[in-house]
Amino acid sequence: MSPALIAALPFLGAAMPSILIRTGRTNAAAVSALFTGLALLGLLLNLPTVMAGGVVETKIDWLPWLGLNVNFWIDGLGMLFATLILGIGLLIILYARFYLSNKDPVGQFYTYLLLFQGAMVGIVLSDNILLLLIFWELTSLSSFLLIGYWKHLPAGRQGARMALTVTGLGGLSMIAGMLILGNIAGSYDISEILQHKDAIQASPYYIPALLLILGGAFTKSAQFPFHFWLPHAMAAPTPVSAYLHSATMVKAGLFLMARMWPVLSGTPEWFYIVASVGLITMLIAAKIAIFKHDMKALLAFSTVSHLGLITFMLGLGTEAGALAAVFHIINHATFKAALFMSAGIVDHEAGTRDLTRVSGLRKLMPITFVIATIAALSMAGIPFFNGFLSKEMMLEAAAHTKWLDNSWLIPVLATIAALFSATYAFRFISHGFFGPPPQDLPKTPHDPPFGMWISPAFLAFLVIAIGLFPMAVAGGYVQMATNAVVGGGYHMHELKIWHGVTPALIMSAIAVTGGIALLAAHRPFQRLWDATPRPEAKAMFDWVVVKVQSLAAWITQGLHTGAMARYLMLFTITAVGVGLYAFMSGTLGPQTRALTPVNGAAVTSWLLLLTATMCIVAFHHNRILALVLIGIVGLTVSISFIFLSAPDLALTQISVEIVTTVLMLLALNFLPKITSIESSRMKIGFDVGLSVAAGVAVSGLIYALLTRDFAFPTMSGYMLDNSYNLAGGDNVVNVILVDFRGYDTFGEITVLGIAALVIFALTEALLQGASSRKLIAWRPDVPRGGDKHPLMLLIVTRVMMPIALVVGLYIFLRGHNAPGGGFIAGLVVAIALVTQYMASGFAWTQARQKVYYHVLIASGVLVAGITGAGAFFNDMPFLTSDFGYVKLPGLDKFELATAAGFDLGVFLGVVGSVMLALGGLSRLARRAAMGEEGGEEGAHIAAEKPEARVLAPLSAGPYPPEAKVPRRWWKTARAAREATQNERDTVHENKKTNGGDH
Amino acid sequence: MEVLVASAIGVLTAAGIYMILRLRTFPVVVGMSLLSYAVNVFLFATGRLVINQPPILRDGVTSYTDPIPQALVLTAIVISFGMTAVVVMLALGAFIEAGNDRIDLEEEEDGQ
Repeated sequence: MSPALIAALPFLGAAMPSILIRTGRTNAAAVSALFTGLALLGLLLNLPTVMAGGVVETKIDWLPWLGLNVNFWIDGLGMLFATLILGIGLLIILYARFYLSNKDPVGQFYTYLLLFQGAMVGIVLSDNILLLLIFWELTSLSSFLLIGYWKHLPAGRQGARMALTVTGLGGLSMIAGMLILGNIAGSYDISEILQHKDAIQASPYYIPALLLILGGAFTKSAQFPFHFWLPHAMAAPTPVSAYLHSATMVKAGLFLMARMWPVLSGTPEWFYIVASVGLITMLIAAKIAIFKHDMKALLAFSTVSHLGLITFMLGLGTEAGALAAVFHIINHATFKAALFMSAGIVDHEAGTRDLTRVSGLRKLMPITFVIATIAALSMAGIPFFNGFLSKEMMLEAAAHTKWLDNSWLIPVLATIAALFSATYAFRFISHGFFGPPPQDLPKTPHDPPFGMWISPAFLAFLVIAIGLFPMAVAGGYVQMATNAVVGGGYHMHELKIWHGVTPALIMSAIAVTGGIALLAAHRPFQRLWDATPRPEAKAMFDWVVVKVQSLAAWITQGLHTGAMARYLMLFTITAVGVGLYAFMSGTLGPQTRALTPVNGAAVTSWLLLLTATMCIVAFHHNRILALVLIGIVGLTVSISFIFLSAPDLALTQISVEIVTTVLMLLALNFLPKITSIESSRMKIGFDVGLSVAAGVAVSGLIYALLTRDFAFPTMSGYMLDNSYNLAGGDNVVNVILVDFRGYDTFGEITVLGIAALVIFALTEALLQGASSRKLIAWRPDVPRGGDKHPLMLLIVTRVMMPIALVVGLYIFLRGHNAPGGGFIAGLVVAIALVTQYMASGFAWTQARQKVYYHVLIASGVLVAGITGAGAFFNDMPFLTSDFGYVKLPGLDKFELATAAGFDLGVFLGVVGSVMLALGGLSRLARRAAMGEEGGEEGAHIAAEKPEARVLAPLSAGPYPPEAKVPRRWWKTARAAREATQNERDTVHENKKTNGGDH
Repeated sequence: MEVLVASAIGVLTAAGIYMILRLRTFPVVVGMSLLSYAVNVFLFATGRLVINQPPILRDGVTSYTDPIPQALVLTAIVISFGMTAVVVMLALGAFIEAGNDRIDLEEEEDGQ
């Protein structure tokens, strides 16, 4: 089976348990086991190839220009880890079926577990470090879900957060390190990087890369000083602890060190950092484990200690060290997972796992006792169990290692650590299973059902099998994986129990006897331990988190004050500053374009524009005046466009100008008409200075551009040359819009439609609840003209309407070959419609409206999209246009282009958007008019909402007399929704009044 | 001609920035309109100034102005209408809800 499929299988199956949980826990577990089993089977099919020294690969290009390829490979190391992950995964799935109760969301558990499993398999089979990083982060996320699985337990949630924070930060550090590494090697493929040992170790970036990568590995594998998160993660259900925190996830860091071992190890830096950290971790964690009463906490610290051991071995940088590390990875996974499951069984059956409460379980739970004892003896390093073999290797390697020319330090520390390790292993058994029968337990302990003990029993069987026949059972795997770690060409000596009386054997004997002695003296030591104050990792972690949070809050509040004028000011200063820097540090090329001559019309427009703009600044406190002046600016800009060879722009600008003015007038209807002067003279002076600086900068920039030719030939030549040939249009601007850059235009009409819908939504919100009442209570602040709908205007606009529509149609049709097109035609038609609203009133027009503007927007986008999709029938990409010439009797030959269909979409979208936007503001005005004129307008208001239109004739009938009061009318006319909203608001207001009393 | 266009863009920019630094919504909307003019004309002018050569193909004519900035600016004008409309609506909504048209948040939220 291909490596990619093996990694994908758990992900593919992840949704299944959550679906099948409806049919029971067993089915959810079975389907998880099925997918895991398939992946394991697929993996093992590749075993012969990999054992023979081969590598199985799948290579899929994903983002090759980033160096990110979905490359998977199975080499010896990947094979070892993937077997552990999937194999132990199967056992855990079975165990969890019996461990979790039917009150737990079991489907979720298996989904998370499969996600985690897929991510883990992804890590160990990735042949690309960027891909590996993605899976790495996925393990952090999925383990967060698993640790926090019991959401009701605060310890679980906090432990999950802590684990995510620590491993997540480590992951970030590792990303940086990996990028450096990939940069040095010139490839992100692991198989490629592994070939560049010399280049990497000679690089000046070797140390930073090493430190950053180790940051990721140490946090993941809980190495000192990042070890504190692992014990807190033990708040997870025991299957999670057994799987993530002993067999798999915490070994990801080790895997990474082993993976990169060929290129990173062998330097003094590697030795002194990795070996020392490993040794310190092994020692400290073992010491802490001795004094833990919670079985799982004891095992957690013991795990940290054993991870330290493996790190220490990898840190040696020798082949013997690599061998010991690989072998201990296998052995630790077997005995520790079995121990965790045994602790889980005790917890499950006795109701507690506190070593001070349970005792004498040997007689009550014989099966569990046997399993736990086998695993614990292996952990203690007793001969004939597998832990003994790898521990011997460790001691042997330690005996020959010098630390800064000191030849006794490392052997002594390693022996002490082994001694502690034996102590806590013995304590686990003697305090838990020996001694007097337990008193006062929450439950009467007994052995669990077969399904629950078979998984740890199988692992215990492996412990003995490897312990007795290491070469036959595990030899092939160890050789294969060690060969991969050291980068090939490795031949392992036979794994055997008896090597003669070696230093390691002596150290081992000291450790075991010392361990027994220390356990005998446990009580006084425990008292001493309990009496000594220790740094509490969780408290320190929480303190740091709180400090970081308050720092973040301080920064946010300092920067994000809610003063928009300040943001804009800072933004302008920055932009001007950066521009100034660029100007000062860059060079300005020579002027290559002659100035265009000036004529009187140009100077006149220029003067007009300048005067109008200056007047806006000077007189903007009078808002109506500012609006008039803005209109002048807009018209001048339109004229300039005509003058400067841009007829399409001129038409667009002038029509947009009209709708914008209507829009602003509608808004000004409500807003104050005067802006009072609030800024101090100093602020005004500063703002003027800043604006002038920005203006000068922009002027200078565009002047420099205008007086220089293009540095490179532009695309325009292509478009001018091919506009007619390829798209059949003479108006190149329109051809660009509907054809060459049709995708952009498609996006733009969509955005415009969304903007209009946003306005609609805002209007809806304002027409509800408190703001609706404010609108009704609103009274105009300027006198109204006497004539609401002037007769002249009314007649003229109604007569003009068909003419305007014909003009719109004409502009639309000619757009492809002459100035015009969908945008402009849409605006012209929108203006024609708006004038109807202005002259005849909102209600009159609305009542005659046949098509809703929402529909126009939607059909615009759809028409454009469908036209574009039509190209598929021609086997062309989306939005490729086609055109031809048609001759109809009685008419000249004319051209028909599919682009016209697209342009129709643009037209519809523009009409709909503009009208919906203006309509929103008009509806607010209607609501306000309701208060102004009393309830008589009720029928019109009912007509405001399209769906209420049908009801309008009904509600136009006689109202009860009290309906004159608008608010009461409102209550009766609208359905329960509005009524409850009002109620809520009333309650709200009452609260406010009450709050104001004291 | 170049001097006129460049200076006009500069004045529009300066006026626009001055206006968006005001403290009420309406001047800010006006300022954004002015800035939109400035930006649109700026983008348009990057095609360089050409007189009487509209990009509409005719027989016998060989030189045209650059059509690409025109196409860009045409949609920009329409989109800036959409943007102005949204901003105006937000300003209006804020005014109706809050009873004033300041753009800056108050120091302390009053009420609950």
